[in-house]
Amino acid sequence: MEKKKQGNAFTRFIYSQKTAPYVFVLPFILSFCIFWIYPMLSTITMSFQNIKPAGAEWVGLSNYAKLLKDGVFHQAVRNSVMYMVLTLILLLPFPMLWAVLIDSNLVKAKGVWKAVLYVPALTSVVISGTLFRLMFSEYKTGFMNQVLAFFGQPAVKWLKMYPTSYFALLLLCCWRWTGVNMLYFLSGLKNIDAALYESADIDGATAWQKFRYVTVPLLKPTIIYVLTISIYAGLAMFLESFMLWAGNSSPNNIGLTIVGYLYKRGIEKNQMGYASAVGLVLLVVALIINMAQLIATGTFKKEER
Amino acid sequence: MAKYKEKQTIGGAKHTVLSVLATAFFVVLSCLIAFPLFAGLLASFRPGRELIRKGLSIDLDFSTMTLDNYIYIFGGRGGKEDSAKYFMWFKNSLFLTFITVIGTLLICYFIAYGLSMYDFKLKNFLFFLVIATMMVPFEILMLPLYQEIINLKMIDTTWGVVLPGLCAAGTIFFFRQYMQGLPKELLDAGRIDGANEYRICVQIMMPITKPAFASMAILCAMGSWNNLLWPMLVYRSSTKFTLPIGLNTLLTPYGNNYDVLIAGSMFSILPVLVVFLIFQKYLIDGMTAGAVKG
Repeated sequence: MEKKKQGNAFTRFIYSQKTAPYVFVLPFILSFCIFWIYPMLSTITMSFQNIKPAGAEWVGLSNYAKLLKDGVFHQAVRNSVMYMVLTLILLLPFPMLWAVLIDSNLVKAKGVWKAVLYVPALTSVVISGTLFRLMFSEYKTGFMNQVLAFFGQPAVKWLKMYPTSYFALLLLCCWRWTGVNMLYFLSGLKNIDAALYESADIDGATAWQKFRYVTVPLLKPTIIYVLTISIYAGLAMFLESFMLWAGNSSPNNIGLTIVGYLYKRGIEKNQMGYASAVGLVLLVVALIINMAQLIATGTFKKEER
Repeated sequence: MAKYKEKQTIGGAKHTVLSVLATAFFVVLSCLIAFPLFAGLLASFRPGRELIRKGLSIDLDFSTMTLDNYIYIFGGRGGKEDSAKYFMWFKNSLFLTFITVIGTLLICYFIAYGLSMYDFKLKNFLFFLVIATMMVPFEILMLPLYQEIINLKMIDTTWGVVLPGLCAAGTIFFFRQYMQGLPKELLDAGRIDGANEYRICVQIMMPITKPAFASMAILCAMGSWNNLLWPMLVYRSSTKFTLPIGLNTLLTPYGNNYDVLIAGSMFSILPVLVVFLIFQKYLIDGMTAGAVKG
């Protein structure tokens, strides 16, 4: 046995088994205080202030009162919420279905499709946004307009009006995230006990019944996980719109999201107080929606048991 | 993995038909998914101005394709200056990615080690805080954090970019989950041999955590390589720009650097793609860890 180090009191303290865990987690405590709690508190404070170069001035709830009447903000909220809802509709059931298909023994060369579907997630949003913007170009020679021309339709200014702008945005989003969500579901499927399917087979269950009564209930943790991150990602979407419209301004704000508005007010116009209020509204909305979702899906109940 | 595959009750012929249909479906889906990148790749062999003027489309006329854009970004055809700029971004991205991966992995490993290998008072509370930080989207903290970085005089420095993200909750979570499956007896064995707590952590436990390191390294590197928002806010001098920021600056409507934009974009996907194809398994393990246990 090696001789124990007989240093001074401090060394002994640092090397003791009681102190060690605190040393290990110290970086987290520091980072949490400096880069999480502090900015959080400062954004809450700023939301009640009017920040001017001369200094901050308390204005009470007037930033929030202004938000209530701010038409552009309302549009940003509508855009973000709408985008989130549509991405949930598109990016939950379909990737789940594709995952079940890939997991079945029907599909050949699974590895290839998994890899190809994941590749878009590897590209920077700068590149994918630019590619999609050019594909949805308003010129006749852009790809989407060529598709329309193939069906004898006139060219469309995709990114300059509703609802085609949404179509472009959602297509970009589905393109980037379908493969990722599919991988989440695939890893969930791997954890389902094969014996359950065997007994379902013995009971004469159809493919649909197996899916409905075995796969979906057992995939629930994965579904809740994907749902939770999709709600956050959907509500906090910014860069996709930023790249698709090559900057933070789109015609009539059709691509403006809540975070886009926060960026516009805070970074571009340097109105930190007002932008903080925007951010906090987003936080509250995101928390409420996710809490509601977690309660509705019974996530908390399970823990009480 | 023993699955229910063999137990299929569907007849052979019907099964073959379904199998062909299902595979065909994924062939089509994969083609659709690959299409934008394929179109971008084709476009990178043509003048960039044409792309902006006409929009992106498939043009299979091979006779008009040239390697000019690529020659240009590698410094030929009068592209010396732009080439230098492009590879400066490339180098900056590599550097930032390297620093971020090393820093994040080490720090998160230590934190997760503390959280999973010891029993101490604050343990559960701290883990709760780790989860709590995941519940707030970064975009909300972006503004106050930006101001804080300015106040700390870390604006336009790599410290300012890297420090706030070092304790990545997702990475801590993954390491902790991985380490909870490791035998704690190893710690006692180490102690009996006279190793101190920190040596046990680095020399005994770290080597057996290698697979977790591999997963997180890939995931973290991909994220850092493509990260745009936060580096864009912190970096101000153009000599520090990373690839996504640099490529983004080429997007002005009156710019004349579209050749660099398109060829440079395609070329910047290459390293990520290569890493992905080699380390695919690790990446998927790391990414999907949170989705299973919920």
